[in-house]
Amino acid sequence: MNVFFFKITLAFYLGGTVAYLIYILFSYKRAAWVGKFLLGFGFISHCLVLTFRYIEAGHPPVVNLHESLSFFAWAIVGAFLLLHHRYRVDVVGTFASSLATLLVIWAAALPKDVIPLPPSLQSYWLPIHATFAFAGNAIFALAFCAGVVYLIQERLVKSKRVGNLSQRLPSLGILDEINYRSLTIGFPLLTVGIVTGAVWAQYAWGSYWSWDPKETWSLITWLLYAALLHQRLAVGWRGKKAAIMSIVGFGAVLFTFLGVNLLLKGLHSYAEWFR
Amino acid sequence: MREVILVGLNHRTAPLEIREKVSFHEGDLDRYLKALQDLPSVVEGLILSTCNRVEVYAATRDSERGVDEIKSFLAHQHHLPLSEFEDTLYIFQGEEVVRHIFRVASSLDSMVVGEPQILGQLKSAYRVAHATRATGTLLNRLLHRTFSVAKRVRTETRIGNRAVSVSFVAVELAKKIFGHLEGRDVLIIGAGEMCELAAQHLRRGGTNRVLVTNRTWERAMELAERFHGEAIPFTEFTNSLLRVDIVISSTGSPDYILRKEDISKIIKERRNRPLFFIDIAVPRDIDPQVNSIDNVYLYDIDDLQEVAEANIKDRQQEAQRAEEIVATEVTKFCRWYQSLDVVPTIVSLREKLEEIRKKELERTLSSLPRLSEKERKALDALTAAIVKKILHGPVTLLKETSQDSEGDLYVDVVKKLFRLDEE
Repeated sequence: MNVFFFKITLAFYLGGTVAYLIYILFSYKRAAWVGKFLLGFGFISHCLVLTFRYIEAGHPPVVNLHESLSFFAWAIVGAFLLLHHRYRVDVVGTFASSLATLLVIWAAALPKDVIPLPPSLQSYWLPIHATFAFAGNAIFALAFCAGVVYLIQERLVKSKRVGNLSQRLPSLGILDEINYRSLTIGFPLLTVGIVTGAVWAQYAWGSYWSWDPKETWSLITWLLYAALLHQRLAVGWRGKKAAIMSIVGFGAVLFTFLGVNLLLKGLHSYAEWFR
Repeated sequence: MREVILVGLNHRTAPLEIREKVSFHEGDLDRYLKALQDLPSVVEGLILSTCNRVEVYAATRDSERGVDEIKSFLAHQHHLPLSEFEDTLYIFQGEEVVRHIFRVASSLDSMVVGEPQILGQLKSAYRVAHATRATGTLLNRLLHRTFSVAKRVRTETRIGNRAVSVSFVAVELAKKIFGHLEGRDVLIIGAGEMCELAAQHLRRGGTNRVLVTNRTWERAMELAERFHGEAIPFTEFTNSLLRVDIVISSTGSPDYILRKEDISKIIKERRNRPLFFIDIAVPRDIDPQVNSIDNVYLYDIDDLQEVAEANIKDRQQEAQRAEEIVATEVTKFCRWYQSLDVVPTIVSLREKLEEIRKKELERTLSSLPRLSEKERKALDALTAAIVKKILHGPVTLLKETSQDSEGDLYVDVVKKLFRLDEE
């Protein structure tokens, strides 16, 4: 059941991404509409995948890498659908759906076995910590997408090439607003994610903070976004600088999420990686 | 079978003096439509009259006579000798009319290709004609099809998407930078036609306040009054850069009146809120280096012109795609139209019923093997008589109404009722 819906989800996301790419490459308006629907269906199917997986495993499906990638993709698509409800920014969809699809493809290539959770980690802090951390990260992923689009659009407007491509991209004002909104929503989520993680660590390992690489890198990520938020509010940073910062920040998010586990060893490494 | 015809003239075939004389006053359209319908050959009519075109569409019993009647109708209604404008008229029939009206509604036949007004004008012309019952099945169907073709062209091509005049390009850019123009303030430095035009378009786009400055205070006051804005002494305009978002500059100054250093300082004080400069002065008013500051955008007159030209080129390309859409839609419509012919409909209705009769009769006969030849013949005659009786009503009605304004409607209904198209 779970595997079946996982394949369906992947198919929908792939379809959605292709539709969004057609939209941006050939400026075919209906493709964006189709893309949104495919992503929506994919999202529903993805919800089923996560539910089945939860029931099967008996713990939230955020324990091994397969599950985490899949959950992250789910959060990104969910955040995009919410964003799309508020702003008509189809182009951001091109990036968000590509990112989610890549994550799901990667997840598909990984072992899908349910790993029994060590008793020390069996706690209701797991879903709370994971949900906040992933929700924050998903919103930063959107800020990243909006940042990339901002930089492209800014270049086009500055160099006076406001042709078809520029026409399809959202305005600089909207993109910057998305950047700001994502920051004000994503930052508190990340903060809560880190704090709940620390509390959980206290229960599980007996110490709030042990400078394990994952913790260190989350702190670095948090500091980067804190700096951006501060600069925005205090100095009035916006536009290009804010876009670049949100791209750098997302780099740190990805490194915290993946790089740390792939390259460094620590308490958070969820069992086997590539097998 | 009725045929649709068109007699008209437009900006390409007729000079303004003639277009003025032949145009129909909007308020009296219903009266003209009545007169049009009173023509002996005309069954349905529609009049489209704009400053660029006057076109009379009609569904006629006899297209040749219809054309002559409409020509003299035009002359008679405007008290003009026909010879004065006859050379400027174009006359289309059948498929050509369909193609023409699709092209007109999609703005492919307009002076500025892609301008959106014509569709609205055609819609209101149709509204009046429909309200006065001048249109019937044929024109109703044609016009509805036309509106959906125009919509298809709008959504599937970028024909009307892009600004092709310098002042509209400026508005489009402002939207590209700020997202929306509501609540944005504009500063006009200097004066000039282009300046005023751009300011007007921005205002229509939703901008909030207009500040005006000029070396001569009186001129500034005068312009401020026209835009319901505020006049500012020329010596103090740099301060107002903190308050506005869009600056249109067009002074006669030989030197730059705004330099990079000034703007750098101002943008810091603005806490990086974006500033959009539109410099339409020659020689330029604003140091081009200003464009390299983050969150500051500068377009001079050449930049705007270049964008406008690129947009025009783009529109022409899009017009190609629109023509293709129109061509396929014309074929579709004509196929539907031809299917409304009465004779083939009656034939296929008969065939269909006969086929049903044969099939059912055979089935019954094979289940009753002991019937005599005479009884078989009687059954055959009975069923044939039933079918004939059933057919009598619809066939007479189709024949009778084939010349009315509603004839096509009956053909259409009969085809649907008996599913004649599904074979």
